[in-house]
Amino acid sequence: MSGADGSLATIARAQLARDFRLVWRRRGDALQPILFALLVVVLFPLALGAEPQRLARIAPGVLWVAVLLSGLLTLDTLFRGDLEDGSLEQMMLSRVPLSLLVALRILAHWCVSALPLILVTPVLGELLHLPRALLPPLMLSLLLGTPLLSLVGAVVAALTVGIRRSGMLLAVLALPLFVPVLVFGAGAVEAAAQGLPWAGALYLLAAGLALSLVLAPLAAATALRIALS
Amino acid sequence: MAAVQPTPAAAPPLLACRGLAFARNDEPVFGPLGFALAPGQALQVLGGNGRGKTTLLRVLAGLLPATAGEVAFEGRVVDRDHLARGCAFLGHLHGHKGELSTLENLRFARALQGGTGDPEQALAEVGLAGHEDTLARRLSAGQNKRLALARLRLTGARLWLLDEPYANLDLAGIALVNRLISEHVAARGSVLLTTHGAYAAPPVPVQTLELGA
Repeated sequence: MSGADGSLATIARAQLARDFRLVWRRRGDALQPILFALLVVVLFPLALGAEPQRLARIAPGVLWVAVLLSGLLTLDTLFRGDLEDGSLEQMMLSRVPLSLLVALRILAHWCVSALPLILVTPVLGELLHLPRALLPPLMLSLLLGTPLLSLVGAVVAALTVGIRRSGMLLAVLALPLFVPVLVFGAGAVEAAAQGLPWAGALYLLAAGLALSLVLAPLAAATALRIALS
Repeated sequence: MAAVQPTPAAAPPLLACRGLAFARNDEPVFGPLGFALAPGQALQVLGGNGRGKTTLLRVLAGLLPATAGEVAFEGRVVDRDHLARGCAFLGHLHGHKGELSTLENLRFARALQGGTGDPEQALAEVGLAGHEDTLARRLSAGQNKRLALARLRLTGARLWLLDEPYANLDLAGIALVNRLISEHVAARGSVLLTTHGAYAAPPVPVQTLELGA
């Protein structure tokens, strides 16, 4: 059995290395959603005036919406390239389950699209006069919420990958599923701002993440199989 | 409809189908078909455009679920996933990433299939020596086909499913496909290939299966 495990690790490493290398070769494209989120955040103080109290009140919501929308931007390309050039067929013919390869693909997507934004959140928080005390709940809610968005979004992306120009459809289908994540994520920070206990919403996010970590790759793999037939 | 040939009782056929049929939206695409492919045999699927050759190969590769019938692999009736793991499939889409070099593409393909071959040697064998660092999107259509053929040299799969392997290739490329097939068949592997009949059959004992006659 150890041989099978070894090959599993080899394939996982190869798949991740390939995805990151592809992103690096097209780093201009990869940077686009991150720049988009930065722009949204920077534009808010300009539009609303630099009044610290007002900015501080909306900061968690603005940061959450910016991260969510930038994730939505790249969702359409998650599986499209692999479908169009036949890589998906070869992935299905691999000896490891497609759901595992899909999970790795989602992991790579999250590392590229969400992780950099989470890392610069303290800076963006400063821009919006976010109180320092709110940074831990905000970072935690983003760390739990963005993988959940990537996983749920991947299922929708897999469902719509067979349809040409599905960007609009994807957004319409994904947004209702994203709303609870946004409500709990931004809600936790809001509760913390009012001095209320904020752990509950994060527990719910963590539960959702655990559930979708198991189910989303399976569902996305099944949807991809349907898209290929 | 299909030529069924008796196979030696000692070795079970590598691939055997019974009553295999596929329908899309209740429109029959092919079948029911029955054939057996012994180790060391090649089967050429003939038929005009739109006769279901590609669909048949995709069903045999486990990419599509058969509507009816069963497929036995190495003597055992198997499901889709098992089929997918047991074959090397060369389709119309090559499965290369244009932003990766030929060598990077092959290394990934080898990891994915769990093969053991040497990617650099495989590139040389298909006439792409010196193109190791060329991005796949800079290759011509024929060179891309050769890169896909190089993948066959890396896999340990005994069953090759080749969809129009001669398309886009020059005369040397056609000779290359024939050499790959001959060597694989000589090593007791089996090949199932589709052509629409405009090319010569590979220089090995070949059964033929005519679709949609």
